[in-house]
Amino acid sequence: MITAILFYIFAAILLVSAAMVVSARNPVHSVLFLILAFFNAAALFLIAGAEFLAMILVIVYVGAVAVLFLFVVMMLDVDFAQLRGGIQRYWLVGATVGAVLFVELALVLGGWTLSPSAVRLRMSPMPSGVSNAEALGRILYTDYIFLFQTAGLVLLVAMIGAIVLTLRDRKTSRHQNIRRQTERTVVETLEMVSAPVGAGTTASGGYLRPKAPEPEVVEEHAPAGGHGHGH
Amino acid sequence: MYDFFHNTNLGIVLLTFIEALALLVPLLIGVAYLTYAERKVLAAMQLRKGPNVVGPFGLLQPFADALKMLMKETIIPTGSNRLLFLMGPMLTFMLAMLAWAVIPVNDGWAIADINVGILYLFAISSLGVYGIIIAGWASNSKYAFLGAMRSAAQMVSYEVSMGFVLVTVLLCVGSLNLTDIVRALKTIWFCIPLFPMFIIFFISTLAETNRAPFDLPEGESEIVAGFFVEYSSMSFALFFLGEYANMILMSALTTILFLGGWLAPFNVAPFTWVPGVVWFVLKICFVLFCFLWVRATFPRYRYDQLMRLGWKVFLPFSLIWLVLTAGALMAFGWLPNV
Repeated sequence: MITAILFYIFAAILLVSAAMVVSARNPVHSVLFLILAFFNAAALFLIAGAEFLAMILVIVYVGAVAVLFLFVVMMLDVDFAQLRGGIQRYWLVGATVGAVLFVELALVLGGWTLSPSAVRLRMSPMPSGVSNAEALGRILYTDYIFLFQTAGLVLLVAMIGAIVLTLRDRKTSRHQNIRRQTERTVVETLEMVSAPVGAGTTASGGYLRPKAPEPEVVEEHAPAGGHGHGH
Repeated sequence: MYDFFHNTNLGIVLLTFIEALALLVPLLIGVAYLTYAERKVLAAMQLRKGPNVVGPFGLLQPFADALKMLMKETIIPTGSNRLLFLMGPMLTFMLAMLAWAVIPVNDGWAIADINVGILYLFAISSLGVYGIIIAGWASNSKYAFLGAMRSAAQMVSYEVSMGFVLVTVLLCVGSLNLTDIVRALKTIWFCIPLFPMFIIFFISTLAETNRAPFDLPEGESEIVAGFFVEYSSMSFALFFLGEYANMILMSALTTILFLGGWLAPFNVAPFTWVPGVVWFVLKICFVLFCFLWVRATFPRYRYDQLMRLGWKVFLPFSLIWLVLTAGALMAFGWLPNV
């Protein structure tokens, strides 16, 4: 009885928050409602006894994917007035596309039949005496190993694609060479010189600034303080 | 009495409530004294005295601080998103408490001894970033937002290598249950065979809890105080408490995964007389001391160095070590549960 009550509570919150995702005015609120929806889906998984899936849902979707969503959405500077104005112009096109999609979905659902093998799979209960993770692993790494590996390969290709698309070696950015940095010794970086008063280190040739920036040249016309700054 | 607490619905709820109180009250006192310990340890390392005025040796200082926080006015900035602004600190604090439900403080002493305990902990700790992002965004302030952005990127990055460390440990244990993990440590603590992973895990927990030298989200020299720059009074205190409770949680996790949880260091007479809880707390204190020690020793990382360490050093290293561990377990037939 308690399970049923919990199920209805979580399912109701799930549906309401899913509706709020599309109807909320602020995109950040939308993402937060999406997170709430993920949470309630995880709770439903828990009620169904799929604790492993519930935790993975939270870790992957809430802990990683939604964080990036939120990250991007918060950076967006969306002009809502302009967006609303767009609705008045495009509602006819949008409504047509929506109607076509709806009809197609209805047709698909109308002619829906389950293949006999799938029906048998639906009826197969979780093997008793093993934990969730183990049961999943047994199926995933034996019967479905090919599909599993293919999915992994697809992800790998997607990852490489994303890196290739976004990684540009910009010449303007300077990188720290950690190895060179840590291998530097005091001897090769630091030199002790006794600078004569009023002349600084330039006279002795001890210290040469790599490249004098522009403002410093202007500064030379001003009466210098006398203490060697070594321009 | 036993029947009431274990077989009736009301009894189970009451028992869980009492258990939760028995865990959370010492935890909160621990948090209070962690702030005191931090100030004392830092002071000692910098040849100062630290708090020594309120109470004997300044022992009442944390409570004085808490009272001061309570008396202050809660300021909500005009341009902020009120609801989310208040939700941020509450979320941080709640998540820090929530994770403790699965921590076994002694053999069988966990409020919820669930099968996927380690995944639950990983899930809760990966949610910690939301409190910070929400706070940073809702504050409607540049500094807070910058802090939140930094924190999000940092926590997501270090979670990846932390995940691989967890997988390595799980491979050696063969169970996702925290109690089982500690029982598996009876032969040898994992900090010895998996020493590099232990170090990576410790450093990742530093980054995950936004502690020095990875405290860029609140780097006061660059972005004032980062994501909680607009917070005051109790809403600030909740962030503060949540951060320290998270530190204790991460230390507990390190203890469970690598330092043998409630187990005595040697399985001989004088050590086994001490109850497991005491060993557990002592080990947590040791890890926490390392947290403070690191803070007193290292300067803050630069942002690009932080990202480099996470993605270019820890991730490949933990990945290779994971493959090596799996290979070794397979080759020598050490795989558990086969």
